[in-house]
Amino acid sequence: MKKLVQDDIRTGVFICDCGSNIAGYLEMKELVEFAKTLPNVVFVQENLYTCSEGGINEIKLAIPRENLNRVVVASCTPRTHEPLFMSACEEGGLNPYLFEMANIRDQCSWVHMREREAGTQRAKVQIAMAVAKAAKLRELNRIQLSLSHRALVIGGGVAGMSAALALANMGYEVDLVEKRDRLGGILNELNMILPSNEPPDKLVNNLAARLHDNPKVTIHTGAVVTKTEGYVGNYVATIRQNENENKIKCGAVIVAIGAQPLKPEGLYNYDGKKVITHIELESKLKQGDVQAKNISIIQCVGSRSKERTYCSRICCMTAVKNAILFKEASPDTKITIFYRDMQMYGVENEQLFRKSKRLGVRYVTYDPDRPPRFDGESVSVHHLRMGRDIIVPTDLLVLSTPLVAQDDASEISTMLKVPINENGFFLEGHVKLKPLDFATDGVYLCGNARFPSTIREAISQGLGVASRAAGVLSKEALFTSGIVADINPETCCGCLGCVAVCPYGAINFIENRGICQVNKVLCKGCGGCAATCPSGSARLDGFSNQQIYAQIEQAMAV
Amino acid sequence: MSDSQFEPKIVGFLCNWCAYAGADLAGVSRLQYPPNMRTIRTLCSATVGPHQILKAFQKGADGVFVGG
Repeated sequence: MKKLVQDDIRTGVFICDCGSNIAGYLEMKELVEFAKTLPNVVFVQENLYTCSEGGINEIKLAIPRENLNRVVVASCTPRTHEPLFMSACEEGGLNPYLFEMANIRDQCSWVHMREREAGTQRAKVQIAMAVAKAAKLRELNRIQLSLSHRALVIGGGVAGMSAALALANMGYEVDLVEKRDRLGGILNELNMILPSNEPPDKLVNNLAARLHDNPKVTIHTGAVVTKTEGYVGNYVATIRQNENENKIKCGAVIVAIGAQPLKPEGLYNYDGKKVITHIELESKLKQGDVQAKNISIIQCVGSRSKERTYCSRICCMTAVKNAILFKEASPDTKITIFYRDMQMYGVENEQLFRKSKRLGVRYVTYDPDRPPRFDGESVSVHHLRMGRDIIVPTDLLVLSTPLVAQDDASEISTMLKVPINENGFFLEGHVKLKPLDFATDGVYLCGNARFPSTIREAISQGLGVASRAAGVLSKEALFTSGIVADINPETCCGCLGCVAVCPYGAINFIENRGICQVNKVLCKGCGGCAATCPSGSARLDGFSNQQIYAQIEQAMAV
Repeated sequence: MSDSQFEPKIVGFLCNWCAYAGADLAGVSRLQYPPNMRTIRTLCSATVGPHQILKAFQKGADGVFVGG
């Protein structure tokens, strides 16, 4: 191999043992000796754990001591550890974009565990490739952006109200947009909340009063968000209220649009009178308008079925709650709950379940293949334990239907460019690591819009989402990645090829100059423009042709 | 070189967000595969231009893998 040394490039290579994760499968001494022979390499160090405090310190100290102007770490994957090593370089006084990683664990020692020699050979090549690319790296700078410290909350149910109030209490301006004429969402239709045993109005009025009294909060009722533009820190949302449209600037957007109960059209002769849903039952109870003495409740109506496979989670608790309220008001009322499985998790719910049994509520399991039937007078069902049909006289049949997505969920998903799942519920960025964030920066989700949740869960998520959004809103400035595309205005001929492929709309055509220009804030660094540009004017620094060519050459040379 | 000794050199362009993550996951899962590939991480498979693929062949690659 020809040794092409660029005098001014001084590369330090740090090779990590990762305990025995790498050192157990590759010849570390061989890698160290090999790295020393590579062009521009002036310093090589083996670490037990490069990512430990000691390892990071060695990088920080070696940069000034060895006068390094490039750093290569051969260890795990840049997907997890690049930010850590980049900041070590920065603290050592080196531009963080003069750093490169060679993945010799996840994509080498772990996948070639029984091929020590060939694995070591691959690790050598990956190190040589990283060193060659490092020599071609240039200093890059992150772009600093100003931002709006205001939040937009879409949806004025209990989750949205909790989020808005928490943000306002942290000192941020909040716009709370509710499409109906009053705040409270689905709580306005409920009769009573257990286990606290209080009317939901109390909670709604309490939150609404605090929101009204808070000077940081602007409440828009009877209003919808019709358009959003921009990016994290700098969104512009259009709010339509009574035919008037106005635009507001905000740094973060919270989706809290809730869900709606399914109307079980065509199931069990549903008519809204003798056969009703829980939400209709609660309205009737609120008005004191229920006379029935024989009440049957059927669970999982329209859910856990072929067309709607999910469990709505809250219907069991609702059924038990209403059964208890009936029994307490009039112990003579006969109540039978037909169920498949009871979802009563948590100590308090478990206690309610037991209480309902103590009060005499009857539970009958049914097989989804032989569901209960209702003939207008009685419910009959195949009793699994007795092995024969039983008939339960019924003068009010209540159907436990699931919460389903709002009608405007897909519209809002398109507007904010955030995903919904096959059932129309909004999809979080990661089920465990980012449960309240979307993959899109600056947009968050909570409450029933995400999935059917209890009031307590909706409040917790509202508070959680406020804290997530505050993570952005509290910053004095935002920084974009330094790896963004650039178009050379001298050679660009304005063919618009890049404009057509850019998925982020980050390239503008400057008409009077006849050239294209990258908006570095919107650019996500995918490099589509660079691959498309016929004149080579568009380039993605950090992954430019010259840098990739250097890697290819080493991949084949060693 | 007889066929039985032939070890192809493969250049793999892997998108950071999917294929590269998949290759990492293969490692985390300890899936074993032949050590013939040399990985080049890209920020998107869209950035892999025809020039880069041709360059790999020009330099002697027996195969080019673009994962994205």
